[in-house]
Amino acid sequence: MSIHTLSVLVENKPGVLARIAGLFSRRGFNIDSLAVGPTEHPDISRMTIVVNVEEIALEQVTKQLNKLIEVIKIVELDDREAIERELLLVKVKADVETRSQVLDVVQLFKARVVDVATDAITLEVTGNSAKLADFLRVLEPFGIRELVQSGLVAIGRGPRSISERTLRPVPVPVPDAKVIA
Amino acid sequence: MTEQGGNRSGTQVTGAQSLIMSLESAGAENIFGIPGGAILPAYDPLYDSKIRHILVRHEQGAGHAAQGYAAATGKVGVCMATSGPGATNLVTPIADAYMDSVPMVAVTGQVPAAAIGTDAFQEADIRGITMPITKHNFLVTDPAEIPRTVAEAFYLASTGRPGPVLVDVAKSALTAMTDFVWPTEINLPGYRPVTRPHAKQIREATKLILESRRPVLYVGGGVIRARASKELRVLAEMTGMPVVTTLMARGAFPDSHPQHLGMPGMHGTVAAVAGLQKSDLIISLGARFDDRVTGNLDSFAPGARVIHADIDPAEIGKNRFVDVPIVGDCREVLADLVVALQGEQDAGNTGDFEGWVKFLAGVKERYPLGYDTPAEGLAPQYVIQRLGAISGPESIYCAGVGQHQMWATHYVGFENPNTWINSGGLGTMGFAVPAAMGAKVGCPDTTVWAIDGDGCFQMTNQELATCTIEGIPIKVAIINNESLGMVRQWQTLFYESRYSNTDLHTGPARRIPDFVKLADAYGAVGLSCDNAGEVDATIKKAMEINDVPVVVDFRVHRDAMVWPMVAAGTSNDDIKFARDLAPEFDEDDL
Repeated sequence: MSIHTLSVLVENKPGVLARIAGLFSRRGFNIDSLAVGPTEHPDISRMTIVVNVEEIALEQVTKQLNKLIEVIKIVELDDREAIERELLLVKVKADVETRSQVLDVVQLFKARVVDVATDAITLEVTGNSAKLADFLRVLEPFGIRELVQSGLVAIGRGPRSISERTLRPVPVPVPDAKVIA
Repeated sequence: MTEQGGNRSGTQVTGAQSLIMSLESAGAENIFGIPGGAILPAYDPLYDSKIRHILVRHEQGAGHAAQGYAAATGKVGVCMATSGPGATNLVTPIADAYMDSVPMVAVTGQVPAAAIGTDAFQEADIRGITMPITKHNFLVTDPAEIPRTVAEAFYLASTGRPGPVLVDVAKSALTAMTDFVWPTEINLPGYRPVTRPHAKQIREATKLILESRRPVLYVGGGVIRARASKELRVLAEMTGMPVVTTLMARGAFPDSHPQHLGMPGMHGTVAAVAGLQKSDLIISLGARFDDRVTGNLDSFAPGARVIHADIDPAEIGKNRFVDVPIVGDCREVLADLVVALQGEQDAGNTGDFEGWVKFLAGVKERYPLGYDTPAEGLAPQYVIQRLGAISGPESIYCAGVGQHQMWATHYVGFENPNTWINSGGLGTMGFAVPAAMGAKVGCPDTTVWAIDGDGCFQMTNQELATCTIEGIPIKVAIINNESLGMVRQWQTLFYESRYSNTDLHTGPARRIPDFVKLADAYGAVGLSCDNAGEVDATIKKAMEINDVPVVVDFRVHRDAMVWPMVAAGTSNDDIKFARDLAPEFDEDDL
């Protein structure tokens, strides 16, 4: 098993997420994380799906996803050729005694303080999975009250866009457009 | 009102009128369905439409009839139902059409848009329910979207790998006023099926074929859907390669052809199973290495390289490792292979398959299909054999699922494509009668037989009412062995003959129901036959009745079993051609 990051361009239509989630569960593929959002094109959404599968199963995942009519394009992003980010919001115990230590961690990880209370502090950090895991490991001793994490989003390096060649519509003639009497 | 490019553009109509005009524009000639609350507005314009609506007795019948129509004609079959239970009753045929790649459009009514999500009366999320069993599906709440959606549904259903498409239309969209504009083009950016095979792959395939010594053409339902029988025959005859046809492909290659080894798989012929198992090259055409064909995958055809041609890239390499993948329409793949191999032949390069062909001919001769004639009672295989011989290869044969289906696939004798219509992938009992009804509507001048089991028949026989009233004179041969025969066979073989819940009491002791009386009650002709001497006369009598449906209760002996058989989950090497009898292969011939 290995981790793969798939960027999936889909038509921005209701039910697309359900179709994709359903496909994964029905065919027994595991999703590690999934993030959906708009793109530079209003009719197209982009999903970043992280899957943990064997190489052969990955081919099936991609082929089955491609069969969904609303899936326009799938690109596997190699982590060496792509920038990957997750967002983490975490509420850490921090009173007068420990707050400065927590703030040191914040600095080290280029995190941000987004909320402060008398005995807790809420932090925001972005990065790849490894950085976020390290961040949490360091914070753990202070006491983590609550955490929420986004799915991974990723973009390929270099000047090219994965949507460049896919947005041109290819009109297809209607098969049997008979004149109505 | 203006006419532009053949469209009645800008015509103000109700959504319901727009739906019916769209179905007409898409070329629908027949719809099988039942009205109900949410779809009711559509039935008003349908009343005046040139489309023939056939009022069935159960929505499942509508769905299977649309499948039968599509399978017999190659056109898109259309069924229609209301929301909630009407729609959920279509689920089985939709799943069936998905498994067997049948082009079908199902139109369902949905509760008004404002009521969706409120658990309204007869509300069911049929789009959500059918997501995993449709090629695609739509929920339409905006009446302006109706024509485009219908056009897309027909396009999706009939192109690429065919399949069922569901169009769920909210009642509020049917009652609202809208412009009817039939689209002149379809824009589906995520749907671009590849039909033209890649030239490099054809070259690779050609090379493998010429290198091989034990090739076999493994022909699946894709060859039927692609209407590629002629091309298949040319390829087979120019190379001399043996052919096996799967359950979905029966008729794609004539049973009488000397190169034909028959059907492979769990109940395949010894020659077809051995042909795949011992081959060094499998040329898979529109087949999908289904578990019923391969048996235990790890021991399936261990020495074979694989050329896998399919229009659906996801099928290629799904179950079995592939050496040469070819994405494309089977007809184009075959045509290209013929050209490539002809070129090689002209250059003096031909395959050497002589030893292999001789070996398989020996297997075929030593282990032909056969059955024991019982001392008492009627052999079901004999009934089906005579039915095939008397009604002939131009007739269409539909089957349910079980023993009678396996006997039918072996003993009818198929010579032509699209003459064998059955439920292969899903294995839906009750498929035969409504599918035969649909096939007969599509091919009114062809004799259409439903070869059915006594169990299957009782699941959908209400459509006999439809057949009688609508003038659809199908013929039904019930292979009545008083039980759920295939399950009973497994109980005999694997459960020490403990016949738990497989006795249907349709035999002489109780005869519930009496199929002859049942036929009579439906306005059909009921006949019965319980001895070999009367089989021919009974079939001929049934053949003479062409104004109403005929039901023949063939009362066969209940212990007949389907052979050959590869037990579930075991290797194809362990095939038995009769109980406890394994074939012996003289491999020195290879």
